[in-house]
Amino acid sequence: MTLTFTSLTAWWWPYLFIILAGTLATDVWRWVGVLAGDRLRDDSEAILWVRAVATALIAAVIGKMIVFPSGSAATIPLFLRILAAGGGWLAFMALRKNVIAGVVAAELILVGGALLIAP
Amino acid sequence: MNWRGASRDSNGRDSRSGVTEPLSDHQSGLDDRTSGWFRRGMAGIASVPAVILMVSFIGFGVLCRESGLSLGQSVFMTAMVWALPSQVVLVGAVSAGTPLVLTAIAVALSAVRLTPMVAAWVPLVRSQHTRRYQLLLLSHFVAITAWIFAMMRLPDVPRRHRVRYFAGFAVTLFACNIAITAASFSLASEMPVVLVAALFFLTPIYFLTAMSAAARLPAEVYALVIGLVADPVLFAYAIPLDIVWAGLVGGSLAYLFGRLRRRGARS
Repeated sequence: MTLTFTSLTAWWWPYLFIILAGTLATDVWRWVGVLAGDRLRDDSEAILWVRAVATALIAAVIGKMIVFPSGSAATIPLFLRILAAGGGWLAFMALRKNVIAGVVAAELILVGGALLIAP
Repeated sequence: MNWRGASRDSNGRDSRSGVTEPLSDHQSGLDDRTSGWFRRGMAGIASVPAVILMVSFIGFGVLCRESGLSLGQSVFMTAMVWALPSQVVLVGAVSAGTPLVLTAIAVALSAVRLTPMVAAWVPLVRSQHTRRYQLLLLSHFVAITAWIFAMMRLPDVPRRHRVRYFAGFAVTLFACNIAITAASFSLASEMPVVLVAALFFLTPIYFLTAMSAAARLPAEVYALVIGLVADPVLFAYAIPLDIVWAGLVGGSLAYLFGRLRRRGARS
C-alpha cells in the first residue's frame, strides 16, 4: 500500500503526513547539526553530493512551477512565464546578482505581458 | 569545541572563517544590561533578508491555495517545517500525489544543508550557560534567513546575550510568516487572477535567483540547470515521481560532472 496525502479521509491524516514527511525530515538534520557542533567538515564528497541533489530537487520544483504551474498561473501563456523567469534572471545577473532586481523584473514582465495580452 | 586561536579584528569581531571567540564573555563591560536583547533581536525583522523572506511567504500562502491545501494545513506546514525550500518541495510532492516515504526522502534531501548551517551556528550562538536542550529547541528556528542574520549580527552581540537576541529575531520572523501564510492564503480568493499568478510566481523567481547567488560550486550550477530542465521534460512524458527523479538522478549527474571538472582542473 502506498500512502499519499489524500489516502486517508480522517482530518488528522494530512497533519500527520506533514509531521512525518515535513517536520521529521527537516528537524532531524537540525538536531544532527547541534550534535555535530563544529566537528563537521562541509567539503567531504558526501556533502558535495548532497548539496548537488538538494539543489537539483529545488530546481526541479522551480522548473515545474514555471512550466506546469497549478491554478491561476496556468492562465498566463507558457512563453510569457518563461520570458519572465529568463528576464528576471538576466536582470539579477546584470545588477550584480541582486535578488530584488530579479524578482521585480520578472514580475513586471509577467504582469505587464498578461495585461497586454488580455486587458 | 572550537578554540583554535582567534583571528579577531580590532573591534573584537569574529573573522568570517568560522573562528569563534572564547565562550566566556570578558569584554562586554560596555553592555551589561540583560533586558532588551530579546527586543533588539525582534527589531531585526526590519532587515533586508527578513523582508525578502516575508514577501516570499506571501507567495507560499498563494502556492498552498493553488495546490489544493487547506488553510490549517498551510499554516501548520509553515510552523512545523519552517524551511521554505523544503516546504515548496513538500507542497509540490503532496499535490503530485507522491507516496509518504518518497515525499519524506525528497524533503529530507532538500533539507540536508540545515546540518552544516546549524553546525556553524552552534559555536556562534552559545555561551557557557547554554544547555544542549535549548540549542535543540532553538535549532528549529534556524533556516536560511535566520542563519544569514545570525552570521551577520551575532558577532556584534555580547556572547551571553546571543541566545536571547537570536530567539527574539527568529521567533518574531517565525510568527510574522505564519501570519503571512494565513493572510495570503485567505486573501488569494478575493484577488484578481493576474495578481494571484504574480504572487505565485514570487516563489520560483525568488528561489531561481537566490539559488543562483548561493551556488558557488560548479556541481551546484549544473544541478540548478539540470533540475530546471529535467523536471518539466519528465513531467511532459508523464513519468511518475518526476521531482524525485530529477532531484536524485539530476543531482547525482551534476555531482559527477563537477567531479570530472575538478579532476580535469588538477591534471
